[in-house]
Amino acid sequence: MEFSRRDTLVLGLGAAVATVLPFRAFAAADEAIAAFTGGAEMGAGGITLTAPEIAENGNTVPISVSAAGAASIIVLASGNPTPEVATFNFGELAGSQDAATRMRLAGTQDVIAIAKMADGSFVKASSTVKVTIGGCGG
Amino acid sequence: MASGVKPRVKAPKKAAAGEIVTIKTLISHKMESGQRKNKDGSPIPRSIINRFTCDFNGKNVIDIEMAPAISTNPYFQFDAMIPEAGDMVFTWHDDDGDVYSTTKSIAIG
Repeated sequence: MEFSRRDTLVLGLGAAVATVLPFRAFAAADEAIAAFTGGAEMGAGGITLTAPEIAENGNTVPISVSAAGAASIIVLASGNPTPEVATFNFGELAGSQDAATRMRLAGTQDVIAIAKMADGSFVKASSTVKVTIGGCGG
Repeated sequence: MASGVKPRVKAPKKAAAGEIVTIKTLISHKMESGQRKNKDGSPIPRSIINRFTCDFNGKNVIDIEMAPAISTNPYFQFDAMIPEAGDMVFTWHDDDGDVYSTTKSIAIG
């Protein structure tokens, strides 16, 4: 098969759009992460994010986060119109650094949890959730 | 959204001193995200509960900041350490300035 000049142009355009679109969706999440961490390096491990692999209804997706020794945990949904979900700040009488809630997801995307440890370091965990029906009322 | 908001909390009535107990909370609230549109195509303004706090005898257990991505009827589950008998105060802060609160007494025994 030979590519004409026109085919090549269309292919190139398609590829450009495909690379730009996910980048846009993640830009807002990156800003939210930077606002929380102040641009610090994030480690892995020491934080657990429990989310379903497939969520049939994006309006109520049960999630739980756990990070022993964390001062606060932020949960972000990278593909939502606004990526912030919730920030859990643990007080002096917190029995453990665990919390569970239910969140909305606009579509299939990565859910990110970042914990700020008591010593000021950050750890990150993420999980991909497939959403059958989105939860933003389109 | 000042009417029809009903907080519900599941906490034990008794705990051993120093015990870690699990608390579950639910409050009925529409949590209008501000993303939805009505029939005319104009956006429905955001109206959510943006903060939840839990304190035991004046000491903070958990303080949660919420965004519109939290589901209708916000539910939270977390653990609290009970050092002595006392009152656990749960407070929800609405976007419109309303504050909903409820209290549960926990005895040692």
